[in-house]
Amino acid sequence: MKLLTCPVNGTRPLSEFVFGGELRQPPAADCSDQVWAHYVHNRNGAPGLKQEWWYHAPSGTWFIAERNTLTDQVIRTYLKGQESQA
Amino acid sequence: MPLRLLKYALSKEYPGKRFFQAHETPKKSYDVVIIGGGGHGLAAAYYLAKEHGITNVAVLEKGYIGGGNTGRNTTIVRSNYLTPEGVKFYDASVKIYEGLSEELDLNLFYSTRGHYTLAHTESAMRTMRWRAEVNKHVGVESYVVGPDEIAKACPQLDMSCSGQAPILGALFHAPGSVARHDGVAWGYARGADSLGVEIFQNTEVLGIDVQGGKVAGVKTNKGYIATTKVLSAVAGFTPRICEMVGLETPIVIHPLQACVTEPMKPWLDTILVSGSLHVYVSQSSRGELVMGSSLDPYEVHSTRSTLDFVEGLTSHMLDMFPFLSNIKVVRQWAGMADMTPDFAPVMGKTPVEGFYLDAGWGTWGFKATPISGKTMAETIARDQAPDLIHSFRLSRFEDYELTGEKGAASVGH
Ligand SMILES: Cc1cc2nc3c(=O)[nH]c(=O)nc-3n(C[C@H](O)[C@H](O)[C@H](O)COP(=O)(O)OP(=O)(O)OC[C@H]3O[C@@H](n4cnc5c(N)ncnc54)[C@H](O)[C@@H]3O)c2cc1C
Repeated sequence: MKLLTCPVNGTRPLSEFVFGGELRQPPAADCSDQVWAHYVHNRNGAPGLKQEWWYHAPSGTWFIAERNTLTDQVIRTYLKGQESQA
Repeated sequence: MPLRLLKYALSKEYPGKRFFQAHETPKKSYDVVIIGGGGHGLAAAYYLAKEHGITNVAVLEKGYIGGGNTGRNTTIVRSNYLTPEGVKFYDASVKIYEGLSEELDLNLFYSTRGHYTLAHTESAMRTMRWRAEVNKHVGVESYVVGPDEIAKACPQLDMSCSGQAPILGALFHAPGSVARHDGVAWGYARGADSLGVEIFQNTEVLGIDVQGGKVAGVKTNKGYIATTKVLSAVAGFTPRICEMVGLETPIVIHPLQACVTEPMKPWLDTILVSGSLHVYVSQSSRGELVMGSSLDPYEVHSTRSTLDFVEGLTSHMLDMFPFLSNIKVVRQWAGMADMTPDFAPVMGKTPVEGFYLDAGWGTWGFKATPISGKTMAETIARDQAPDLIHSFRLSRFEDYELTGEKGAASVGH
């Protein structure tokens, strides 16, 4: 069974987690329609080391995982804003 | 014993004709370079040569032809989609498939079985009625049937699904078929080759040369090739190719898995799909049950397969067919599905002049192989996409004109 480490609850089975997509910075609220469409729809689909949102469903914890999407290896996980302590 | 067989037995060298010439070194330039020797790339090459007289074409395949999603899918061909533009498009493909064995002079084992999408809830029944009406409107034979008709068509099915999810009805789609997927790639390859197209295996595109917003050539592991027109038909590798020309798209890659059982005597005549149980199944001409499920839940660029998948799938198969409990799963595999947010493909021209995209085929692109080849060939030859694929253009996303296909495509096949 594949495992993932929740920064709050420790190592748990992957089946307890939900993938939330890549961590992205929204554009300014007054951006053009085109920039907004780009943000809403387009994704960085190429493989690589990515920062992603993951959700530990039983405890309702959202956190960040750094994962290589080519090899599916998780480098580290941490709560948003607590990267330096990870 | 036929004489031909004797010739094969006695000859020291393999006496048969190769399906296509084994080209090794590409020329310095081509009119069109196609990246990806899957069904889509090979079909586009075939129709470019056959219908538009463009034969100075190279197909570059980094592995072997048909080794991508073309040789990994569960081969279901159908057109019972939800949106009129989707139904029309896939129906055009089904019509080509029906005569394709003859056209390519190769037995594709195209077998029309009828296709049942089972509904276990009232809301699913509503979607089935909706799809049936859209299908009929476009002239496609789909209608809603009740439990009695389903039980008659497939007496082996436990209509209560082990009491878990009683079947209320189904969308029946008469043209639903299966075919031999690698045969489709090989047939188009032979057809294209005989018209002058050059196919290169073990030839990987490493970069695309864009100058002043226009395609100038491609860099490969066998050197530079000059060309002004490039078609990317690489399914699960689309984001990597688009990155080479600096093009952003909504496409993300998730694995889609499938598996087969050991062969049995024929007993399952139809194709069955259950959205609620996340299962679809048909019996191959070899007797194996070919089974698939939903997409893996997160992005991975690899064709690894997992035990979770077979466990989940087989437990739902046993809800439908308890008598299969002693039957073994003998193979499982995965492909990389190029998913779009609206479950429709991305086809046509792009902001980079001379760079054409045939992608976003996710879990549903095998059935589209003939029509996508045909329409992409036309797009390249005329530098203009035909009306049939207008709704699938890349610019639909910035126009906020997404298609509404999710309801008919979300269980992968
Ligand atoms: C498990 C599974 C089940 C499916 N079931 C169905 C189904 O029942 N019905 C249906 O309609 N669809 C189904 N699909 C979807 C269908 O298989 C695909 O959409 C379709 O086969 C895509 O064909 P293609 O020719 O575009 O891509 P592929 O067949 O994947 O071909 C792309 C080729 O490009 C090559 N390539 C990639 N990068 C490069 C490069 N840089 N240079 C050179 N070559 C490169 C690859 O090696 C590959 O051979 C399924 C998919 C999967 C994975």
